[in-house]
Amino acid sequence: MSKIFAFHGGIHPPENKKQSTRAPIRLAPVPEQLVIPVQQHIGAPAKPCVKPGEHVLKGQVIAVAQGRISVSVHASSSGTIVEISPKAVPHPSGLDATCITIQTDGKDLWTEHQGLGDYRALERSSIIDFIRNHGIAGMGGAGFPTDVKLHLGDDHIVNTLIINAAECEPYITADDMLIRERADQIVGGIEIISYLLNPTHILIGIEDNKAHAIRVLEEALRSTTLNIDIVVVPTKYPSGGEKQLVQLLTGVEVPSGRIPADVGIVCQNVGTAAAIYQAVQHGIPLISRVVTVTGAAVSKPQNLEALIGTPLKTLLDTAKIKRDQLSRLVMGGPMMGFTIEDDGIPVIKTSNCIIAATQEEMPPAPPAQACIRCGLCEQACPAELLPQQLYWFAKSREFDKAKNHNLFDCIECGACSYVCPSNIPLVQYYRFAKNEIRTEEAEQRKADQARQRFEARQARLDQEKADKEARRKDRAVQAAKTQAAKKTATEAAEANPEDKIKQLKTAAAITRTKLKKALTALETAKVESSDNIAQLDLQYQQAEHAANDAQKALESAEQNPPPSLTIAPDIKQLKTQAAVARTKLKKAQQALKIAEEKSHDGAELLRVTVAQLEEKAKSAQKAFDNVDENAAHNSAAQETLPKEAALNAIDLKALKQNVSIMRTKLKKAEKAMELTEASSPEATELEQEISRLTQLHQQAKTQLDNEEARKTSIAAAQGVDLKKLKIDAALARAAVTKLERSIKKLQETAEPELNSPELDKLQSELAAAQQKATLLNNTLSQFE
Amino acid sequence: MALIRITSPHVHKPASTADIMRLVILATLPGVLAMTFFFGWGTLINILWAAFLALAFEAACIKARKRPLYFYLKDNSAVLTAVLIALALPPFAPWWLTMVAVFVAIVIAKQLYGGIGQNPFNPAMIAYALVLISFPVEMTRWTAPFMLHGEGWNVLGFIDTLQLIFGGWSEHADAFTSATPLDEMRHRGGLTTEEAWRASDVLANVGAWHAVSAAYVMGGIFLLYKKIFSWHTPAAMLLSLGAIATFFYLIAPDSYADPFFHLTVGGTMLGAFFIATDPVSSATSNKGKIWFGIGIGSLIYIIRTWGNYPDAVAFSILLMNLAAPFIDQYTQPRTYGHKAPKRGIKEKA
Ligand code: SF4
Ligand code: SF4
Repeated sequence: MSKIFAFHGGIHPPENKKQSTRAPIRLAPVPEQLVIPVQQHIGAPAKPCVKPGEHVLKGQVIAVAQGRISVSVHASSSGTIVEISPKAVPHPSGLDATCITIQTDGKDLWTEHQGLGDYRALERSSIIDFIRNHGIAGMGGAGFPTDVKLHLGDDHIVNTLIINAAECEPYITADDMLIRERADQIVGGIEIISYLLNPTHILIGIEDNKAHAIRVLEEALRSTTLNIDIVVVPTKYPSGGEKQLVQLLTGVEVPSGRIPADVGIVCQNVGTAAAIYQAVQHGIPLISRVVTVTGAAVSKPQNLEALIGTPLKTLLDTAKIKRDQLSRLVMGGPMMGFTIEDDGIPVIKTSNCIIAATQEEMPPAPPAQACIRCGLCEQACPAELLPQQLYWFAKSREFDKAKNHNLFDCIECGACSYVCPSNIPLVQYYRFAKNEIRTEEAEQRKADQARQRFEARQARLDQEKADKEARRKDRAVQAAKTQAAKKTATEAAEANPEDKIKQLKTAAAITRTKLKKALTALETAKVESSDNIAQLDLQYQQAEHAANDAQKALESAEQNPPPSLTIAPDIKQLKTQAAVARTKLKKAQQALKIAEEKSHDGAELLRVTVAQLEEKAKSAQKAFDNVDENAAHNSAAQETLPKEAALNAIDLKALKQNVSIMRTKLKKAEKAMELTEASSPEATELEQEISRLTQLHQQAKTQLDNEEARKTSIAAAQGVDLKKLKIDAALARAAVTKLERSIKKLQETAEPELNSPELDKLQSELAAAQQKATLLNNTLSQFE
Repeated sequence: MALIRITSPHVHKPASTADIMRLVILATLPGVLAMTFFFGWGTLINILWAAFLALAFEAACIKARKRPLYFYLKDNSAVLTAVLIALALPPFAPWWLTMVAVFVAIVIAKQLYGGIGQNPFNPAMIAYALVLISFPVEMTRWTAPFMLHGEGWNVLGFIDTLQLIFGGWSEHADAFTSATPLDEMRHRGGLTTEEAWRASDVLANVGAWHAVSAAYVMGGIFLLYKKIFSWHTPAAMLLSLGAIATFFYLIAPDSYADPFFHLTVGGTMLGAFFIATDPVSSATSNKGKIWFGIGIGSLIYIIRTWGNYPDAVAFSILLMNLAAPFIDQYTQPRTYGHKAPKRGIKEKA
């Protein structure tokens, strides 16, 4: 005899089992109509494969298993399918579910059926499939598809098979009677299960209140070669709970949130074992089961073998119900069963008991009093929870606390409610809390999904916008380039170095923007999962574009080298800048790869990369500032040149340029002045510089003015109004700018494709304006 | 057939909160008898008077809170509180003292907190502590045990006692008063425990206190047997008190009272079996109850020996009531299938 371990808590409610064990199991009559739900098990509902009007035979498949966790459903008797529609089914929710209704023909004609014969010669998986196709689901409790459990041998090492014959709930005697009368079937079933799972121990757990059944079982076990232990456990509710029985028989606890197979144990109910035997040996699918019909409101409490789909009414009538005394109809046991309002609902594979209770037997619960924290519930709880704390938390809707107090380890056995002196419906509170938490979590998930969708959309929009921006910038750069080229053409070899720098600055700015975008994307990737990697990819491509732009701008700058040598170092600087940008890009791409590979895990790495990128961006900025400074210095070094030019050949353009250079320098110095602290030595230096520059500027300007006055007088002598010409040129230039601007605007505000005609028109106008401006400029330059 | 949907379970143990309270009241019976036997009618009169007041206050509060009157009155909790107060007060406590105590217990300590099950402190102990601080003179007027036995039971009859309690304290009554053994032990001046035992009449009659304590133990064992409470709190409390007392007694028997004395005089046994086990204000889990009991036992010794009050059961229990929610957070039992018990109140992020 095996050792018995104890589990915490438990209760001893009145058993009320004797009433229904006096008579042997009888066959219940075949009802006129069978209502067979397509889902009588946990998992996916089976899919009906018959049509209304079709004639079916007993044992014929009427709905086939769908998906991994599912079993088939069979016709329990021969007859005609009358409808397939939602009907009331035995479920605590009281909701309707799809049922196949069969009008029986009374002949109870079998379809062809055959067992597997010598199953040991067959492959295990084919036997298991056979069991699945014969509709076998756990008959003790929840109705978990048996084949799934039998497959557990594939990926778990099953060392113990436990056959649950404890039947700890009061009133129920279906398993007890099944053992008494069909122990050989049970033993046969155990042999099949053991062939499939190959366990090292087989234990049958049975409560000590079933002396008769124990004797019969012992007798039956003599015929088997298997080493099966009957373990008699003390009668205590809920010793038949899977987890409790596992602990009772093996001393092992099933870890929270896991299944017994994870600790090498598989449990099967005796009824299931018998059903497996019937299927494998005789090919009989699960179309009937033993149901205890009891309670003080029936005159003849007994066990009936009922066809699946038989309305409860038929069974209650067979047991001679006294309807005037019936006050509560319970399906299942009094501890965990649920009440039924309609006796038309059918028996299903998991229906082990129907209790027709009178008012005295199950009086309505008195109103709940306050919890006095007496702790009786805690002493009774088999899961070793603190039911009273859970109750307080559920009541005050502090669900996170309830969760922390292991609410989800509650098996809803009802032991706590049973003992509570204040009549608090504790289990109801737990169901409520569990439901609330589940709903909350589902909502949270939904919200998360919505948020992700929203963010993805936002990212897409942002990207579109950025694309547009990039295109616009591209064009701006292009335009600037054209302008610059024109200027170069018209103004001979005297391009303004400041302009070039500006252009390149713009290009670099674009690159920076792109990189910032990439950064944002990275951050998003940190927050989210790999979903956004595609987005990221796009953004990186975009960043690449930008870098290319910068490169292009640079190249064009190199192709049209400005005459002034002072620009050369700037270009070099900018080259470096572009290189930096490229490096950054590569880095970002690496980060992307990492993100792709590691998804969430890469977040840390990404963060580091981003930090690096930021560093790089800063240094690039610095480099750029240096360029500016250098330019300033170089120009300062050469500022004497224009003076000489003015002395030799009085060139107006050179003078003009000189003036503008002076102005820019002055401005820059002033800005620098603003930025530096007043007292610092740099400030004084700058101040000197400014005053010097101001002087130079003034000089240049006077020179220019003088020269201009001279030129104007010459032009006037030739009969050309220089002033008017100048104004015209300025107007033409303004028109060009205006057109450019409106084009830009158009491109920015709307879908470019939509406005293309207008855009084309504007562009042609722009071309015309540009031509005019160029013409005027040329004329003007002749006189200047 | 009108069937209703009711969730499981569909059967219920035939026991109610009122039954539990009644059983606890019943279990005080040996104690009540012993008190009456040794200290006269006062205890009985106090119990009746307190019970009447408790029901009246309770009814008034329930009415004011617009709750179903009978439903709450019948839970017997007010009567139990009254009985415990009456047992803790001196047998000849004047009527108004009892009234103040019951008022504090029922109205302030219980109903203002939301009624039965909501009170963080044991109402009887709040009341006791309050009157002890407010009316120290009245609270230390105990009768000498066996007083009534000296010249037969007629010395202070039922009517006399009634007059004493409701009529007012007379000079005549001073003849009956005496200090409690704990007072005596505390205010023994420079005497060693040995000398104190020999010098004091009160201590000579300490047997009466032992007998009363024994009666409480009987009641407690009855409740344990009935599974009204678990053994954890009383066992932890008595063992820790006994252990500490033994430790100090072994070190210096002259300066410290012996452990038996600590366990059997004053409110120790009443506290251990009837007050500390009050489920509402105690710790929840078995492990928690053990810590709760240890806390009470240690505090009793500390306050009795080094504190300002001769007895400390009420203060110790109240202090541990305060700590109970904290204890609860750190003494959750290990749930089935979990490796380790959880700590604290919320899931750690
Ligand atoms: S049994 Fe009821 S009254 Fe007692 S602690 Fe549990 S919930 Fe509260
Ligand atoms: S219903 Fe839950 S809390 Fe109550 S005894 Fe059962 S497992 Fe424990």
